[in-house]
Amino acid sequence: MVESRELQVKEKQEVATPGEQTRPGLVFTPEVDIFETDQEITVLADMPGVAADGMNIGLQNGVLTLSGDVKPWEGQDETDVLVEFEIGKYYRQLPLSDDIDQSKIEAKLEDGVLRLTLPKAQKAVPRQITVTAG
Amino acid sequence: MQTTLKQEDQIMVFRKMFDFPFMGWQNNLASMERMARQMDLLTSTMFGRPQMRFFPSKVFPAVNITEDNDRYYVRAEFPGIRAEEIRLEVVGRNLSIFGERKIQSEGENIRYHRREREAGRFSRVIGLPGDVNSDSVDAKLVNGILTIAVGKSEVAKPKQISVM
Repeated sequence: MVESRELQVKEKQEVATPGEQTRPGLVFTPEVDIFETDQEITVLADMPGVAADGMNIGLQNGVLTLSGDVKPWEGQDETDVLVEFEIGKYYRQLPLSDDIDQSKIEAKLEDGVLRLTLPKAQKAVPRQITVTAG
Repeated sequence: MQTTLKQEDQIMVFRKMFDFPFMGWQNNLASMERMARQMDLLTSTMFGRPQMRFFPSKVFPAVNITEDNDRYYVRAEFPGIRAEEIRLEVVGRNLSIFGERKIQSEGENIRYHRREREAGRFSRVIGLPGDVNSDSVDAKLVNGILTIAVGKSEVAKPKQISVM
């Protein structure tokens, strides 16, 4: 059974790839959920194997950059029997449409899932404007 | 004096001539095999895993299996799944992994921009390459990586034999 999924509209912007990798190794795009309320934007990213100290989050010019380093988890004297997935770091850049209050960003990494709460800056919060009949 | 070919030999010569295109086909297979070996070499230099090709899995979860002298290690990526949502069973050489990944609702008044993470059930049986001791199985879930360490049975452990 798969949970009933809502119809989704994909953003047209392509996810930027890391330009020049300075370190060797594979780089993967983590799967993300992004949703917003009137007050905040929340980003959930699947990054299995990333510990809190390997996580880097940056926000610059409206682009959120997630980068997670994975330390090799295999022991020294283990030899491969079967390889079905590769191990590498995670990298993804996400453009954000609204202004973010940078001082109130919260990040939590739990069970390999990053949960990032980005409160909107005051001017981006929609206001109700009442029209009074003149 | 010139020896004449016996009838059987004549048939052999005929066959060899007749099979000539087939011989060429065999050579093609050999060159394919050579190419596959070269591809292996290429991938192993790229991924740094000599003699180990990357086999994508059709069934969730994809697992990596390694071994050392005493144990097999089965690892899978389980981001956002809690330990109590995974069930493991060992029967003979087979290790079964079942469970369900749930993604909680985030409330009513939200608008999604992207929704790529998926929820659903999974079950998979993995055949381990050697006999195992089903009493010594440890599993732990750290940062979304499940590591199952399965002890090898005495038969499957390598023995050091000293030469007298």
